[in-house]
Amino acid sequence: MSRIQVRVDHLTRVEGHGNIIASLCDGRVEEAIFEVVEASRFFEGILRERDFEEVGHIATRICGICAVSHGCASLQATEQALGIDISEQTRLLRRLMMNAEIMSSHALHVYFLAAPDFLGLDSVLALLKESPETVKRAYRIKQTSYDLSGLVGGRHTHPIALVPGGFTAIPRPSDLRQMQERLAGLRHDVRQTVELFQGLEVPKFERPTEYVCLRWPDHYTFYGGEIVSSEGGCVDPQRYRETLQEHVVSHSTAKHAKWRQDGYMVGALARVNNNWQQLRPEAKEAMTALGIEPPCTNPFMNTVAQVVELAHCLEDSIALIDEILDRGLVDEHEPAVTPRAGRGIGTVEAPRGLLVHDYVYDERGKCTEANCLIPTAQNLGNLDADMRAYISQLDDPQENDIRRGLEMLVRAYDPCISCSTH
Amino acid sequence: MKMGLAGGWGPPEQGAPATRGGPAAEIFGAVVMSDKPRVAFFDFACCEGCQLTVLGMGDSLLEILDQVDVVTWREAISEKSNEFDIAIVEGSITRDSDVDRLKRIRERASCLIALGACATLGGVHVLGNRFDRGELLELVYGKDGRHFEAGEVRPISAVVPVDYLIHGCPINADEFMAVMKHVLLGRPYHAPNRTVCFECKLRENECVYDRGQICLGPVTRCGCNAICTSFGRRCFGCRGLIDDPNLNAARDVLEEHGYTIDDIVGMFDIYSLASSPAETIRAK
Repeated sequence: MSRIQVRVDHLTRVEGHGNIIASLCDGRVEEAIFEVVEASRFFEGILRERDFEEVGHIATRICGICAVSHGCASLQATEQALGIDISEQTRLLRRLMMNAEIMSSHALHVYFLAAPDFLGLDSVLALLKESPETVKRAYRIKQTSYDLSGLVGGRHTHPIALVPGGFTAIPRPSDLRQMQERLAGLRHDVRQTVELFQGLEVPKFERPTEYVCLRWPDHYTFYGGEIVSSEGGCVDPQRYRETLQEHVVSHSTAKHAKWRQDGYMVGALARVNNNWQQLRPEAKEAMTALGIEPPCTNPFMNTVAQVVELAHCLEDSIALIDEILDRGLVDEHEPAVTPRAGRGIGTVEAPRGLLVHDYVYDERGKCTEANCLIPTAQNLGNLDADMRAYISQLDDPQENDIRRGLEMLVRAYDPCISCSTH
Repeated sequence: MKMGLAGGWGPPEQGAPATRGGPAAEIFGAVVMSDKPRVAFFDFACCEGCQLTVLGMGDSLLEILDQVDVVTWREAISEKSNEFDIAIVEGSITRDSDVDRLKRIRERASCLIALGACATLGGVHVLGNRFDRGELLELVYGKDGRHFEAGEVRPISAVVPVDYLIHGCPINADEFMAVMKHVLLGRPYHAPNRTVCFECKLRENECVYDRGQICLGPVTRCGCNAICTSFGRRCFGCRGLIDDPNLNAARDVLEEHGYTIDDIVGMFDIYSLASSPAETIRAK
């Protein structure tokens, strides 16, 4: 009897704390799980009793990478519960913020966290020695998207100016125009990113699953929409709890989730698979160049789908700035809010996938109940199934092959573990 | 050998030049083989936004990387080492297993830096200390949740001695650079002990109270360049109470706008509950 056991404690180059555990006996998989050991911060408990004005501030702190996503989902939920309308300008500025977050998060993952695996390096530090220009390119993309967030929201990590009903400060048109020029200057860097990934070999592995994301009628959405599945059907976000079922598993402080099957996948690959027709032309070209043919069922391609979205969000941001400036940017005062009792549900596509915030408020505007459905938590069940299937199909695998393959597989999901446990 | 501000880690001689391989190598040279101090990043309960702020510093980060060897940084690199001189720790302590891990880090580090509000004050999730843990576990996980470990939220300074504090949610990248320079020169760093109002006035912002909102600026430590109030929000107190808050002055501002000290006490729970700001304020 030959047994292979693989254990990776506190996997590196991911956000948060998780362990890979796998064992094979005579080539048969006995166990393959991703154990989440992150400490729970109980956000759903601590949002209770807080005033509606504080809720968004606290909720952004769920995640340091996708604070804009949490902020936007939180604000949507609060606005719906309290009956606050937002202007078209606010909606466009929030979409611009979402694009900035997708770009910075994807650039971080693609270059700093995932690329070293493809290049056979330990980390971005080794990459810095080998190809400083590659790292500098990553920083240009990251810095510009940070600055875009800062211009619109005051700060990238934990944005400031986003409040129920709108923005407490808006950018100057001249600054937005200047930012648009900087964004245009990134086109070359994004093309080079596509070229870099064209030359990298992605592990061969296919396992069809259910792909879930938001959809908006007339554009590739990151801000609001209906929940759609690759298996057909769409769900009104107001009824998300009837379909997206969260459940507790013993090996994870983050809950898992399922829809029709044991697990489903959210994130860049799910969005590209379901909504690729709505990508901007430059992103469609990148998709073709990178060999993604929807439906793509190789989870390792999630990182490549992020490169496609990088191209999309860059072009979309440039176009959004035109739209915002053409409408004429006006300093809208924050609306006076009269608290009322109610429930609200907000949805965005965070960098790692579908994110839902669901709040109940009392008549004083104090939160009484909160639920957050996090992208990485939704992916965990699917990841476990992928891990098992991946090692099952390896031909006479050695411990190192399994370890390396599973590390790459987990990283391909770009897990945000603190966020998933929240 | 433990080098801390209170211990044997004295500043270099007056006027010693801050050159590469100079003071830093001198300080750490006695205990390490490498000529550059070895830096390790660790994190506990937090959002990792402060480490991401460091990772997003671009050219400034590259400058630091020139002066130190980063030997462990789980979020960013796969290299790992248990041998390090400077530990930079983000997050708060919420479980017994975290206490053991943090103590091991402290034992190995000559210098320990608390990074961000979770590490220096407890962070927003310190609000969990207002509730019964069992109730929180059941609320989030249902009946199956009882086997998960959860305890009181504490800043890392409540568990081990800390040499440098970098406040903020998230940290301010400029202050991170300033602290790192002090660390490399072996000098103590004192976070500014003025109020956010001080920096806010320098930026000529309209007072938040005059805009009809309540604000923690009058008693909160500055160093953030009043970023929130400059973007039209109020101060949420993420850098904690200043050392000796002038509550009489704060009271005047509050009363002028129809508020009392009690109105702001509860608002301080969001970041500082673990350090009992309410008691500090009420005691004055």
